[in-house]
Amino acid sequence: MAGASGLGTGPGAAGGDGDDSLYPIAVLIDELRNEDVQLRLNSIKKLSTIALALGVERTRSELLPFLTDTIYDEDEVLLALAEQLGNFTGLVGGPDFAHCLLPPLENLATVEETVVRDKAVESLRQISQEHTPVALEAYFVPLVKRLASGDWFTSRTSACSLFSVCYPRASNAVKAEIRQQFRSLCSDDTPMVRRAAASKLGEFAKVLELDSVKSEIVPLFTNLASDEQDSVRLLAVEACVSIAQLLSQDDLETLVMPTLRQAVEDKSWRVRYMVADKFSELQKAMGPKITLNDLIPAFQNLLKDCEAEVRAAAAHKVKELGENLPIEDRETIIMNQILPYIKELVSDTNPHVKSALASVIMGLSTILGKENTIEHLLPLFLAQLKDECPEVRLNIISNLDCVNEVIGIRQLSQSLLPAIVELAEDAKWRVRLAIIEYMPLLAGQLGVEFFDEKLNSLCMAWLVDHVYAIREAATNNLMKLVQKFGTEWAQNTIVPKVLVMANDPNYLHRMTTLFCINALSEACGQEITTKQMLPIVLKMAGDQVANVRFNVAKSLQKIGPILDTNALQGEVKPVLQKLGQDEDMDVKYFAQEAISVVAQRLRKLDFPVKDSGEPSVPRADKNHFPRPRVPGEDTGKGPVYQLHGDTRDTLAQLEIAELVHFSQSRD
Amino acid sequence: GRVKEMNTYAWPTVFGGAGGESERTRADIISTVEFNYSGDLLATGDKGGRVVIFQREQENKSRPHSRGEYNVYSTFQSHEPEFDYLKSLEIEEKINKIRWLPQQNAAHFLLSTNDKTIKLWKISERDKRAEGYNLKDEDGRLRDPFRITALRVPILKPMDLMVEASPRRIFANAHTYHINSISVNSDHETYLSADDLRINLWHLEITDRSFNIVDIKPANMEELTEVITAAEFHPHQCNVFVYSSSKGTIRLCDMRSSALCDRHSKFFEEPEDPSSRSFFSEIISSISDVKFSHSGRYMMTRDYLSVKVWDLNMESRPVETHQVHEYLRSKLCSLYENDCIFDKFECCWNGSDSAIMTGSYNNFFRMFDRDTRRDVTLEASRESSKPRASLKPRKVCTGGKRKKDEISVDSLDFNKKILHTAWHPADNVIAVAATNNLYIFQDKIN
Repeated sequence: MAGASGLGTGPGAAGGDGDDSLYPIAVLIDELRNEDVQLRLNSIKKLSTIALALGVERTRSELLPFLTDTIYDEDEVLLALAEQLGNFTGLVGGPDFAHCLLPPLENLATVEETVVRDKAVESLRQISQEHTPVALEAYFVPLVKRLASGDWFTSRTSACSLFSVCYPRASNAVKAEIRQQFRSLCSDDTPMVRRAAASKLGEFAKVLELDSVKSEIVPLFTNLASDEQDSVRLLAVEACVSIAQLLSQDDLETLVMPTLRQAVEDKSWRVRYMVADKFSELQKAMGPKITLNDLIPAFQNLLKDCEAEVRAAAAHKVKELGENLPIEDRETIIMNQILPYIKELVSDTNPHVKSALASVIMGLSTILGKENTIEHLLPLFLAQLKDECPEVRLNIISNLDCVNEVIGIRQLSQSLLPAIVELAEDAKWRVRLAIIEYMPLLAGQLGVEFFDEKLNSLCMAWLVDHVYAIREAATNNLMKLVQKFGTEWAQNTIVPKVLVMANDPNYLHRMTTLFCINALSEACGQEITTKQMLPIVLKMAGDQVANVRFNVAKSLQKIGPILDTNALQGEVKPVLQKLGQDEDMDVKYFAQEAISVVAQRLRKLDFPVKDSGEPSVPRADKNHFPRPRVPGEDTGKGPVYQLHGDTRDTLAQLEIAELVHFSQSRD
Repeated sequence: GRVKEMNTYAWPTVFGGAGGESERTRADIISTVEFNYSGDLLATGDKGGRVVIFQREQENKSRPHSRGEYNVYSTFQSHEPEFDYLKSLEIEEKINKIRWLPQQNAAHFLLSTNDKTIKLWKISERDKRAEGYNLKDEDGRLRDPFRITALRVPILKPMDLMVEASPRRIFANAHTYHINSISVNSDHETYLSADDLRINLWHLEITDRSFNIVDIKPANMEELTEVITAAEFHPHQCNVFVYSSSKGTIRLCDMRSSALCDRHSKFFEEPEDPSSRSFFSEIISSISDVKFSHSGRYMMTRDYLSVKVWDLNMESRPVETHQVHEYLRSKLCSLYENDCIFDKFECCWNGSDSAIMTGSYNNFFRMFDRDTRRDVTLEASRESSKPRASLKPRKVCTGGKRKKDEISVDSLDFNKKILHTAWHPADNVIAVAATNNLYIFQDKIN
């Protein structure tokens, strides 16, 4: 960069014989017009490099005029350009020349693609801060006016976001003009522009003098809130929050509340939905007095709205509403004014409403305390645990921790169990998947005893589910359970059951054993892995199904790091070497991959590996060798196989050496 | 009077194949015609998946008579034939509908749809070209990279106007059945798309999801008794839309009252006249098109034999019924046999809602003046449309003696049908699609 900036003095500076440092910049400039979008994008992203090389003068007089007319390009290029220009002030000569960046950004602020326009506006806002007050009025404000009175509504929408940045630094006369222009955009013909104005109303109000807020913003707000277009009215609800923050309680009552009351009863469910969705913000902005007098009754209406979408949005806010109430009144208000409505919603006709409520209702127990929870909320929880819609049950189960803190989970466990069992056996696999994910949490809260007694069998049943995603989740679940309950528990309850599956007639279940071993070995540690798991894996190397065999290779690779040298050398390696000669291509591939990893590990553990050629005889005597695929043959007999194993060993050893060498040379 | 004015349609501009039946290929058959909001652009779609856009010439001092003439502005391939491998279904490229978006910047945007996929197209102009490379000479020869002595920034030079059409969004995978209508909402950010059984609501900027607002699919498909034939948003009230059914009824829905509009708020149906009941009653009462008037006070529906105007405030019967080709009532049996009875005629309003237009057979189209209650039959044909001559009204004679200039019902050509017509939103300019020809007629200039 530093070198390039030296070229900035102009073409003459480089001298007559050419300068090869110009070449990369020349390429970048040419690629601004390359047919390949990716190259154009690349050049635009390095625009600062180009500008630096050209120097501030040529950037202003040549590069920017060219960029001003580049608005035909793809969105991603325009987006990058809009972003670059926001940080370009230094490259055009500093704040005194910041206004040179306005023409290209003005063009970008009128394109139809919202993301590009928004980015251009963001850059304009950034640059506005770099203008001197004089430059702001000489260049920036006229730009905003041009946009605001543009023919196309894209330019007018962009203008809406720019008023608030120039207003605070403008002179009083200009301020009046800006307010006037904002007013006219609030009553623009196209809903697009009115929406933009409505969404910026709150932001604009914040930079205005309080008198102007009362005399000008509030009437605009009232108008927008009764616009004929639903999409405009609902944005006024958002503005309501920002405006409310600026006004005193008395002003709120007279200036804002009439409009908000109207929004709560709007004919369009979308507007009411917006009130429900923004309820917590409204509650905070309006303060406790208005909340008590107006918002709570409004909330009651939203909870029994005729449109399910509105009820669901309101139900979602139940907990936050409680948390935002003054501490001393919380309990009474919830108990007397909200709970009756919640009770109704528990048996709502719409599943979305019920599940929205179920996702937050447990949070009320901390607010209401132990006695109220047991007396009033518990019956609701129990009803929801029996709901016909699985999502409701799931949402209750996933939030058990809140109740656990207040009343302890035992209160629920009797109803919990049937609910869990039913979800565990749900016909939809996604529901089963969801409940599996809560198992570790439940196990932690219910304790090991309860778990062993009631839930362990479920966890094992998932291992043989007919959907792979469930079996996969079930293996992960086991790992998390072992982390929770410890290795001793694993050795006694889980591992034996998993290992039994290695003899299952269904090869998918045999593979599940391998997947479980992959997941469990680390949590279980070296001893269990070596003594209990490894023999089974090795035995499975003789499986009839190739998928099982190559998963054996993968498993051996996976558990390799946990095993000690002896096991690796004496047991794992021979089996892998055997699999490396398998007739199946995939088995061979994965075996060789595992061989190289294992060999690397051996080298690390015991470098140099001199005795790697001799298999340790005593181990070979053990019955751990995978049997060759001869149906009906007894596993215990190994001598014939051993011979084979020995002869192959040198060959395989060479292979290992080669692989190791290869991987090292690549490093 | 309006009808007199209608008779003065002249100066036809004809686009399309040079005429003869033999040259007509399936792909060239026009399947939709639509003016944009200003009327300066006219779009047509055809069975070959192409969209052709015509632009109205601006006032020109050197050619005073050229004002108002439409010329081809841009042509592009909107849809290609596809194959749905999951359902083993071919998806035709035919453009079922085109709808323009309100103009938002210098470019123009339109939605085009085939049976399954809706696309948003941008049509924009380019009249400048960048010149000057660092690594190439003017004539394209490469320069020696080591002899670059100065950096050159490209300069923009004017060039011949180029019109580009580029696909901006693709709204796919939301319709199981064939899309028959699309309609842009007055909020300028949403639109609906309707197929035989469902209506979906889209946001113009979001392609990966849409909301189902109407679903009339019965749990058991054997209980299916009617299908949705057309749907349209109200021109001003963003919450109101209507959809018509194959049973001849129209439902008006209010999106404010609930998110799902399975329950209508108004139901427009004309009681059936038992005396005229026949085997074909249900087929011919099926509504093929529904259009709100520009004012939003009325809507018009087209069924096989008539066009009806409804006041939105009166659900019990239409306020006007205009017979389009009543003389066909006696020929329904043969029209059933040659499938013509299932033809879907569209209809349109003029800019001031005072007249309506719809198509018929034999390249005839009909106009009705709502104030004077007069009507006229005109013909779109090369022979009858000599430059600057007025269109002559045509008459179909029904039995009895045939007068001079009349045409007998039996000699009507049912292969020449005018299904798609469009009326300029402000001026008296009409576009009529006659199979593979587009006729544009306009009022004489005083």
